[in-house]
Amino acid sequence: MKFPALRTYAYLYLLFLYAPIILLPIFAFNDGTIIAFPLKGFTVEWFRQMAANTTLRTAVENSLIIALSSAIFATTLGIFAARAATRFSFPGKAGIIGLIMLPLVLPEIIVAVSLLVVLLGIGVTLSVFTVILGHVLICTPYAIAILNTAFNALDRSLEEASYDLGETKWSTFRLITLPLVMPGVISSLLMSFTISLDEFIIAFFLAGNEPTLPTYIFSQLRFPKQIPMIMALGTCLVAASIVLLTIAEYFRRRGIAKTGGTDTGGFL
Amino acid sequence: MAKANRWRRMTRTEAFSGYMLVSPTALYALLLLAAPLATIVAFSFFKDGYLTVIHEFTLQNYIDTWSDEVFRAILTRSLFVSGMVTLTTVLIAFPIAYYISFNVSPAMKSRWLFLITIPFWTSYLIRVFLWKVILGFNGVINSSLDIVGLIDQPLNMLNNVQAIVVTLAHAYAPFAILPIFVALEKIDRSLLEAGQDLGESRLMTFWRVTLPLAMPGVVAAVLIVFIPTIGDYVTPQLIGGGKVPMVANLIQARMLDLDNKPMGSAIAVSAMAIVTLVSLVFLFLNRRFLRVQK
Amino acid sequence: MTTRPTMIEFQDVHKYYGDYHALRGINATIKAGEFFSLLGPSGCGKTTLLRTIAGFEDISSGAVMIDGKHMEHVPANQRPTNMVFQSYAIFPHLTVEQNVGFGLRREAGTTEEKARRVEEALEMVNLKGYGRRAAHALSGGQRQRVALARALILKPKVLLLDEPLSALDKKMREQMQVELIKLQRQVGITFVLVTHDQEEALVMSDRIAVMFEGEILQLAEPEVLYRRPNSRQVAEFIGVMNFLPAFVLGEAGDTVQLEVAGLGRVDIEAAQSTGRATDGTVSVGFRPETLTILYDGQKAMDRETPGTIEEVVYYGDMTYYDVRLDGVEKVVRISMRNVFGRPVLEYGSRTRVAWSAGALVLFR
Repeated sequence: MKFPALRTYAYLYLLFLYAPIILLPIFAFNDGTIIAFPLKGFTVEWFRQMAANTTLRTAVENSLIIALSSAIFATTLGIFAARAATRFSFPGKAGIIGLIMLPLVLPEIIVAVSLLVVLLGIGVTLSVFTVILGHVLICTPYAIAILNTAFNALDRSLEEASYDLGETKWSTFRLITLPLVMPGVISSLLMSFTISLDEFIIAFFLAGNEPTLPTYIFSQLRFPKQIPMIMALGTCLVAASIVLLTIAEYFRRRGIAKTGGTDTGGFL
Repeated sequence: MAKANRWRRMTRTEAFSGYMLVSPTALYALLLLAAPLATIVAFSFFKDGYLTVIHEFTLQNYIDTWSDEVFRAILTRSLFVSGMVTLTTVLIAFPIAYYISFNVSPAMKSRWLFLITIPFWTSYLIRVFLWKVILGFNGVINSSLDIVGLIDQPLNMLNNVQAIVVTLAHAYAPFAILPIFVALEKIDRSLLEAGQDLGESRLMTFWRVTLPLAMPGVVAAVLIVFIPTIGDYVTPQLIGGGKVPMVANLIQARMLDLDNKPMGSAIAVSAMAIVTLVSLVFLFLNRRFLRVQK
Repeated sequence: MTTRPTMIEFQDVHKYYGDYHALRGINATIKAGEFFSLLGPSGCGKTTLLRTIAGFEDISSGAVMIDGKHMEHVPANQRPTNMVFQSYAIFPHLTVEQNVGFGLRREAGTTEEKARRVEEALEMVNLKGYGRRAAHALSGGQRQRVALARALILKPKVLLLDEPLSALDKKMREQMQVELIKLQRQVGITFVLVTHDQEEALVMSDRIAVMFEGEILQLAEPEVLYRRPNSRQVAEFIGVMNFLPAFVLGEAGDTVQLEVAGLGRVDIEAAQSTGRATDGTVSVGFRPETLTILYDGQKAMDRETPGTIEEVVYYGDMTYYDVRLDGVEKVVRISMRNVFGRPVLEYGSRTRVAWSAGALVLFR
């Protein structure tokens, strides 16, 4: 059924989605401290400021450490859980998986507050490490959701065939299972990395005095003078995520082509 | 020998392998999720001493919380804002999901989904802030209108509920589109042809066939948008300018600024209970749509 | 057939899934070099039984012996069996030759030697020159061949085939049936085939075990299964069989005297009374091709009974007639080869049916 008006609506909706993002580079290169039209002129001053900012550098480093660790831990934990969920049945499975997936339907502020109370209670110093603890918790459900799909798509008889042909359980995992779920693993790593990199509230509660990228940005948004630099930073982030997503999409399509599947679209 | 044999037999069962495999993740969730949640529930029943917590059972925190007009106002506002955001987001997302599922050629579908998810992958904080830039006093809209000469005084579009709704509807767009899209994709196209074959108009076919079958996706979209938005901290702070605080801002203030952990816990637990309750009621109201699905 | 040594032996094999009793005391032997089939409807336990040979299913009690060795503590990767899976389980990320050579990774030998063995295996299944192709680009029939080559390259003592032809279309299936028989003769190893298709089992097997609800009801050569089924269940599962209610008048030595509805008094040999009836009723069964429609002037060789043609189903080479014999409610199905010059009869017409007491099987 075709409704021609829908097409127009779809493009308007895309405009709504992209409107804020289009503004980013415009103001990042605008030679004026006030974020408003009319534009003043072209400058790369804000990017220079950004590059020279040492606190920002620390925040970026912290965030990269947190995001990388969270992605790896969450994906590893996700592989265990997704494998258990798709392959084995055991009493209490729904409850256990339900608990692991709970952060999906729990406001992040609750996760942050409860973790904060416990960590302070047992005398853990807040740091980058405590943020990683929290981020692994919220990234794991997304990792599991992605990996479940990957493991479900895996024909069980492929592993049996490998086992039947003389391979052990471990070499079967290495030779057959892992290569075939690899696109899922990569998606899961990227997804967890991005969620962690962008996560504000848990980092805000659990980072102590350590800045992360979002908490640093949040702290700077109060100062009008800093806004152009934040625009420059945002531009870099958008560019980076587009590059990353394109790479991810490329690998996903290649994975589909390699195993002869059909493209069902999307990461989520 | 018999013991060793029984152990051997047990370790070879499917259930045992399942437990072994799931245990690292389950343990993590138990220690860092279940235990902390249990702790704040416990804290909410404890007394607050200055900077410490007195381990003595009391309902005072809940009595204080619920008799506090500020809390009730904030909770009502949070529910209202989240409800508005959810309604808006899902209503404007449905036609898009429908368009991609029904009107876009299969080869282009993944490209459209890709386009829709890109904004979601860019910094949430900056996206929210950009709405401040758009809606602000000397923001994009006001300065544009000024240049064109339509207004003398800048319009006040910030620091109110509408601004929060627009910002969050934008932030959660893909969360609403994707579940609805998935549900629409699952609909057997011949059902729609059957609907028209049986004499229904296109609109009635949509109403009697497409919409009920898409409902599980809509229900999922509603929950996926509603739950995180009610706990959102950033948007009320940035777009609301601190003038329209929501539950998360209150919890943060009690927990960090005032360092009253039992009180903060009581608010957090109350908020969690309300969210759960609202979600369950919503699921209950939609149970007939969810039952038909395999 | 010469007596062959035993290759596989099931000794009172039971398998439970929780409360569900999937295998209920299987006792059977499969001989070396035999083409053996496990036949039955879905859910009868045939695939489970096959998987206990491969080692993918643990058994709850009893024993599985392969080539005289107890298999209880031998995992699947160390058993002298290889399997062709229903889905073929072709590794989608590997090429055809990587698939076929997959099991050679752990074997001794130079790379050239292994490459030569892969080449030979591909030749054996008529896939010479396909080695470099991506596995996912193959057709159903080609996947089937890759799966065969991959399993046979390891020279197993037993090749297990789990519904290997069910995914192919009819033409391809018939062609592969013939190829599989030839291949089995060529390599000479034991083939154990699981199928729900009785025709496929009859065409390919040396012996067939017919399974229902976790039990083997009958284990015999195809011809015995077809002509002397030992129960109504087996008779109904394999081909078409007509049943008429009967009454045993008496038994004298090697002869059983019967009164059969529509056919009247019949004497049969005791050897024709192999069938069991689980519900206590007595009936005789006969295949559609053991009856003949008599045309004007033709005379029956043995006995004849009048009836009315109720339905005519034309198949080109054959015509099926549903005939109601005088004095019986039930119709019987009769298959007739269409011969040039002999017209296909119309429904509603009267006819005479020729039959012979020797073709009857008694179920009691």
